[in-house]
Formats: sequence, structure tokens, C-alpha cells
Amino acid sequence: MASTTEKPPILDIPDEDYGDISTATMLDLYYYIRLAREMELRLINLFKQNKVVGGLYPGYAHEATTVGTALALGDDDVLLPLHRDLGAQLARRQPLKYIFAQYMGKVDSPTRGKDGNVHLANPELNIVGCISHIGAMFPVAVGISYAGRLLGKTVVTMTYTGDGGTSIGEFHEALNFAAVLNVPFILVVENNQFAYSTPTNQQYKVKRIADRAAAYGIAGEQVDGNNAMAVYAATRRAVERGRRGEGPTLLECMTMRMMGHSVHDPAGYVPRELLEEWKAKDPVARIERYLLRKRVLTPADVKDWTARLQREVDEAVEFAENSPLPQAEDAARGVWAEEGPAKSLH
Amino acid sequence: MPTTTYIDAISEGLREEMRRDSTVVCLGEDIGVYGGAFKVTDGFIEEFGAARVLDTPLAESSIVGMAIGMALRGLRPVAEMQFADFISMAFNQLVNNAGTLHYRFGFKVPMVVRCPSGGGIHGGPFHSTNPEGFFFHSPGLKIVAPSTAYDAKGLIKGAIRDDNPVLFMEHKFLYRRVRDDIPEGDFAVPLGQALVRRPGKDVTLVGYGSTTGMSLEAAKILAEEGIDAEVVDLRTLVPMDLETVIASVKKTNRVVITHEDRRRGGIGAEISAEISENAVDYLDAPVVRVAALDTPVPFSPPLEEYFLPSAAKIATAARRVARY
Repeated sequence: MASTTEKPPILDIPDEDYGDISTATMLDLYYYIRLAREMELRLINLFKQNKVVGGLYPGYAHEATTVGTALALGDDDVLLPLHRDLGAQLARRQPLKYIFAQYMGKVDSPTRGKDGNVHLANPELNIVGCISHIGAMFPVAVGISYAGRLLGKTVVTMTYTGDGGTSIGEFHEALNFAAVLNVPFILVVENNQFAYSTPTNQQYKVKRIADRAAAYGIAGEQVDGNNAMAVYAATRRAVERGRRGEGPTLLECMTMRMMGHSVHDPAGYVPRELLEEWKAKDPVARIERYLLRKRVLTPADVKDWTARLQREVDEAVEFAENSPLPQAEDAARGVWAEEGPAKSLH
Repeated sequence: MPTTTYIDAISEGLREEMRRDSTVVCLGEDIGVYGGAFKVTDGFIEEFGAARVLDTPLAESSIVGMAIGMALRGLRPVAEMQFADFISMAFNQLVNNAGTLHYRFGFKVPMVVRCPSGGGIHGGPFHSTNPEGFFFHSPGLKIVAPSTAYDAKGLIKGAIRDDNPVLFMEHKFLYRRVRDDIPEGDFAVPLGQALVRRPGKDVTLVGYGSTTGMSLEAAKILAEEGIDAEVVDLRTLVPMDLETVIASVKKTNRVVITHEDRRRGGIGAEISAEISENAVDYLDAPVVRVAALDTPVPFSPPLEEYFLPSAAKIATAARRVARY
């Protein structure tokens, strides 16, 4: 019998051709994936300490998808992440301290306590936060890309959905709009097998969601969402297609929600064997082993990075804990642009 | 006869804004090559090109969603709902997305949604509604409802220049029935200003859109009976110029609130509550509402006539209030 301390076997990232990915980019992938994991775990601890206001919707084990996709965008491109896409926010350089402050409902969060969890934007970083209604950001992204064209700039937009969100009408609407308008829009499907408690066989009947791309006359690709190299490479292909004027891409990243829908959900409806199977595909362990194997990282580096990440997270948590709660009367302010700051993307 | 119709005034205002500011862009169903179901954007595609007069696929939610994205990225989109009724398809985008983006993230969302609304044209339940009440209840959305051709032009310009999402409720019945001599040159009507269309001392008739004209007609009838009605045209519903309404009520001590949207839980109920809270000591009679029935908009002419407010119904209510 295996002891509980024994590390589970890891399914290595295969030695495929991922295109020309620079060492710096590989290290960025590693850094942000580990940072996202570190933050996910810290947030769960903070939640248990009652320091997180409201719910917590972990993106645990989605890090290769969220980081691998977001890292492939340029600064002028626009990211519209969903509630599990902490990694995408980080890869876009959203400051850690803002994320913790936001989770704690503090005044130093970018929403000044007006919204919670990963409903985070950052106009300076071209990030638009989501609303909770899945699908609502799809046509918004299409509009941003279209605006870019009218203003003489190629603006790739990328937004996300789980497998559940592909059943929403706007999935169809926005892919169709993007196809007809031929805009550089990337819709990432984080297929994590469950929409809250609903498994994929009760959500859709096609074999692969990516196959639906054909129905819109656009590119579709399915990729191992826990293989950061593959995700990054596939997203970069999609970005390049968009920049070449070849329109939108439906990118399906196969992953697994290893925790409940939220921290309060024990997810007893998920078969144990499925979780065991996906444990071997842990995205953090896989990218680390891959980079060690490729000598991009040394074991000593890993140790250094661990210390660095913990320090960064500690500092951000400290900032957030010291940030005051908002003034109650702030609730009445800020609905109208006249009240400021009235910012735009750029 | 004055020269410019209400619908041409909208068209002119829109065209002038597109000439003035290259970031103003129109999008919607059949607005380009066809020029719009009501021809508001007739000839626009020839002048401004297909990219700025965008014919979209049929999906109101994504038309509004796209407009939000365009507004976030530096444009001033004007989305057309072919009929205001179809805005229900875009409810989520407006209420939860457009209306919250500044409050939550500090993004300005300078966009206009044009809504050809209203009954009296025998359009039946789904081509005749006045859906402003749904949005009046929601934060972050401005709503304008012109009653004259002058305001139609001035308010479409004011709406386009505003940095918030604005619903522009243009009344179909008024399109070709209401006219003004509109002065040359650029002007915009600022949002949030009501106007006393007819001064009077006995009773205040507060309305907007189609009921402003009805109220003026009712005032004429009432004048012959010795009742001097003051007509207040709201022009903008959000933000509402309650100061002008309250000032009028304090002067006449009697008020009839009118709208073509349905009665229950409507904008009139809100105005009535504001009057109660701020001017109850000035009231000499109950606040009375004249609004549409709480039913779907019926199709056949006698049914629709019964459903809608009218000058006669407003006059009847005003008499009741005046003689209370």
C-alpha cells in the first residue's frame, strides 16, 4: 500500500515540438503557474481563517491553461478573465496585493470593495473583469477587437468559459459575430469536466467542443490544458492567426476541476478515480519536471523560486491585511462616469 | 408647417455627430445597406462606410455586448434595437454589464442604444412596448425620451456625448407626426433637464415622450373649461429633474403623472413617491396616474386605444384632481 507521503506519479509533458518558445517565456510560464498555485493555496487558508469575504472559486489545477493562454497576448491585446482565471490575471501582471485586497473587500483593491473575488479589471493593463453571468463577456470581447480595427490597431481579445458556459446563447452569438466580422477573438474553453455538479455528458453531445468551430467557419483546437507548453503554443498560434487577419479561434483546453465549484462545495459528485487520474497531470509538477529535464531550471533554482514566491505572497497578504475597509458611504458613489475615474482601455 | 420631423431630427443629429467625431459608430440589424427598418440611418453607409455603419447578425444581446466592448476601447457606439421590444434580449448586457462597469471598475461606457418604442401603430404585443420602466429601476443606465423634434435632435447629440450608457427611447408614433423648425448649427440638449412646456396654475401634468403631446392637447381642452394646466416634459428619465417637477407641484398643488409605459411599479409610481416625500404639504388632491394597462399591448385598434393613455384620459384625470 502506498504511504500518504509518497508523491503521486506524474505524467510528463511530452517531448513535442512546441515551436520556438524562449527560455525567458518558459521561465515566465513556470513563475506565474507556481505563483498562481501559491496564491490559490494561500487564499484557501485565508478563507479558512475567515479573512476572505464571500465565496472562493479556486482555479487550482487550471494554472497551465490560465497562465499559458494569457501569457501569449501582447500588451495592446485585451484580456477578459473569468472567475477561475487567477493565473491569467497574474500573467497579465495584475499586482498580487490587489488580488488579496479584493478578496478581503478592502479599499485598496481596484474595485475599492465594490466587487469581490476575481472580478478584477485593470484599465492600465488592458484587463476587463467579468460579470457572474457566464457568456456576457464574449460579445464584449468581439466589440473590443472590432473597435481596435476601426482605430487602426490589431487588438486580439481573449476571454474564457468553462464547459458549462458553452451552452449559453452568447457562445453561439459571439463566435458567429466574430466569424462574420473576422476579428481576432480567442474564446478559451476551460473544459474542467464539471459545471458546478453537472458533468459534460449532460452539458453537450459533441465529442469535442472545439469541433463546434467548424459550424462557425473558424479555427478550433483542442489541447491538453494541463500542459503549459502546449497551451502556450496553441494560444500563440491563435494570436498569430488573429494578427494575420484570419479571424477568431475556439481553443478548448482539457483540464479538471480538482476542487469543488467553490470552497464550500465538497464535490462528492466527482468520481474518485477521475480525480486520481488527473492528479498525475498536475500542471505545476508537470511544467517543473519538464523545465528541469530541459535544463531550463536546476533543483537549486526551484528552491530559490519557492522562497521568492512565498515572500511575494507574504508581502501581498500583509498589504491586503493592513488595507482598511472602505468607508460605508462609498456604496453610494461611482455609478456614473461623471464621478470618475471614467477610464478606457488603450 | 415646421419642416423637420421627429425621425429626421434623430437622423440629422446622428449624422452630424458622426461627421463631428470619427469615434461615433452605428451598429444594428439592417441599418446599413437597408438604412434601418424606419430609415433613420438611410444613406449613412454611403457617407460613412460599412465599417462605421455596421450591419450585424441578428442577436440583440451581442449587438449591445459588442457596443459595450467598443465603448470600452475608445469608440462611441450607437446601437439600434430594431424595435424597443427586442431590448429584452439584451437585458443582461445592459443591466448587469453596461450599468455596473463604472461602479465596479471605473470604466466609462459611452454608448447609446436607440429604442424605437411605443404604441398607437397597431404593432401588437411585441412591436409596441415602452420598456423604459425595466431599466429605470436599474443603476448606471441613463434614459432619455424626447417628445419634440428639437429635443430628438438635441438629446441624441447629448446622449452620444455622454460618457455613460444611454437608452434613447424614440417614439414611433411621433416619428412622422411631430415636427419642429430646428435652428441651423450645432446644439445638444443636456441630459437631466425637464422643461415646462406650458405654464399653468391649477394642475401639473407630468409626462414624457408621447404623453407630453397628449398633455398639451388635454391642457387645451381643460383651458376651455377654466382649468389652467401646467405641462412638465421630463425629457430625461434618468437622471430625473425632480426639482422642476416638485417646483411645479408646489405651485399648482395638484398633479397628474402620465406615461405610456404600464402603470404598475412604473416610473409614475416613483414620481408619486418623490412628491409624497418632498411636497406632501403642498398637495390639495391625491396624486393620480394615467398610464397604460397592466396587460400586454393588444393588437386590434379599439383594444389598443383602450390600453393606451390619451389626451381625453389625461383631461378626465386632471378634472378629477382639479375639482377634488
